[in-house]
Amino acid sequence: MVDMESAGGQPKVVTARSSGLLACRRCAKVWPAGTERCGRCGSHLHSRKPGSLSQVWAWWIAGFICYIPANLYPMLKTRMLFDVTDATIIAGALELAHHGSVFIAIIILIASVLIPLAKFGAIALLALGVGRQTRIGPGRRHVLYELVEYIGRWSMIDVFVVAILTALVQLHSVASITPGPAAIAFALSVIFTMLSAQAFDPRLIWDLDAPEPGVNEDQPPRVTSANAPVQGPAG
Amino acid sequence: MTDLDTLIACPNCDALYTVAEPDAHTRAVCTRCHTVLISPRRNAGLRVIALSSAAVILLIGASLAPFLQINVAGMSNSATIFETALAFTGGPLLLLSLAVTAMIVIVPLVRLLLILYVMIPLVRQKPPARGATGAFRLAESLRPWSMAEIFVIGCAVALVKVADLARIDFGPAFWMFLVLVGIILVQDGMMCRWSIWKALEDSRKS
Ligand SMILES: [Zn+2]
Ligand SMILES: [Zn+2]
Repeated sequence: MVDMESAGGQPKVVTARSSGLLACRRCAKVWPAGTERCGRCGSHLHSRKPGSLSQVWAWWIAGFICYIPANLYPMLKTRMLFDVTDATIIAGALELAHHGSVFIAIIILIASVLIPLAKFGAIALLALGVGRQTRIGPGRRHVLYELVEYIGRWSMIDVFVVAILTALVQLHSVASITPGPAAIAFALSVIFTMLSAQAFDPRLIWDLDAPEPGVNEDQPPRVTSANAPVQGPAG
Repeated sequence: MTDLDTLIACPNCDALYTVAEPDAHTRAVCTRCHTVLISPRRNAGLRVIALSSAAVILLIGASLAPFLQINVAGMSNSATIFETALAFTGGPLLLLSLAVTAMIVIVPLVRLLLILYVMIPLVRQKPPARGATGAFRLAESLRPWSMAEIFVIGCAVALVKVADLARIDFGPAFWMFLVLVGIILVQDGMMCRWSIWKALEDSRKS
């Protein structure tokens, strides 16, 4: 199957790897093959991050294991006089909706249920897509990668809410809120999935799109010429 | 063979480009994955320093002043950011407290100080401070763990959650924190990573 991006008449892309070079992911400088450390920023250089996929899956599994108790156990214990209630993430959101705050309930459900689940799915899709011709082209998989990188952190919102409520609602005899065991499990789950996404080397998405190493004699295109949007005095 | 110094590789897809005019104020975007490779701005260095200094002062102020106050049936309790961050006490919850403190106060503060440490000598056109490359590398790798902006949204959610239980008032620290988040977002958008790395390298050579 021909994928949309490369069939769309785009100019052929020269990669650092196809030119026999090593690129630094931190500062974008290019080094000859075999260089150990980047002389500009000091990062370790790898053409592709070694063991990227196994690290991705290890963190993914750890995150998923933590995600299960995060949903089964209570996130918050609320004590009002002598009335103690436990609420899991979903029960808490439903209760909010019941009291009329449908909008906030939706935000919580999106941040704590939909985003984590979508994130597990997205990372798995990215990892499984490496080295295969998939129906979803590399351009779209790259957008997915950036979404995961950007949105993943926002799941932490529920942990912060629990922290704020615990610190604030300490009114001795009248009311108090304490965190439940799900708070830890949920925080760990978010942290592990962030590490999983960080372990993924996005350059793997594009590897089938690029020519094989060592066969490329083309000069790299100029980056500030017409192919890039120009801004500022030189434009 | 092209001179390697004139090349730039997209960190996200490995595409290779020649930097046409290294000193021109032009923005460069990877044609394949649309990652912004170069985005220099006029006087960005000075502005980043000004914004970072303001953010450090706001962050320290916001950590110490009362953040939120709750009122129920004549009883009230107020919490500072530090109290919020350290809300979980005892056993494994203490670890969570440390993580929350790190993400909303310590990591943002450390990043701001590291950026100041790197940028001030660069803007004054002095040789880089000792360990500047390591400092900037650390600031960059801490970036995803700085979650001040998420915390602010968390406040809004917390507010609604207890709305039928109690009345909550914002303390001065809340507004400081809100401004701080705005400043950090602007500061972050203003930093061209490639230009800073290149400037660090150039000033070390000379
Ligand atoms: Zn580098
Ligand atoms: Zn790219």
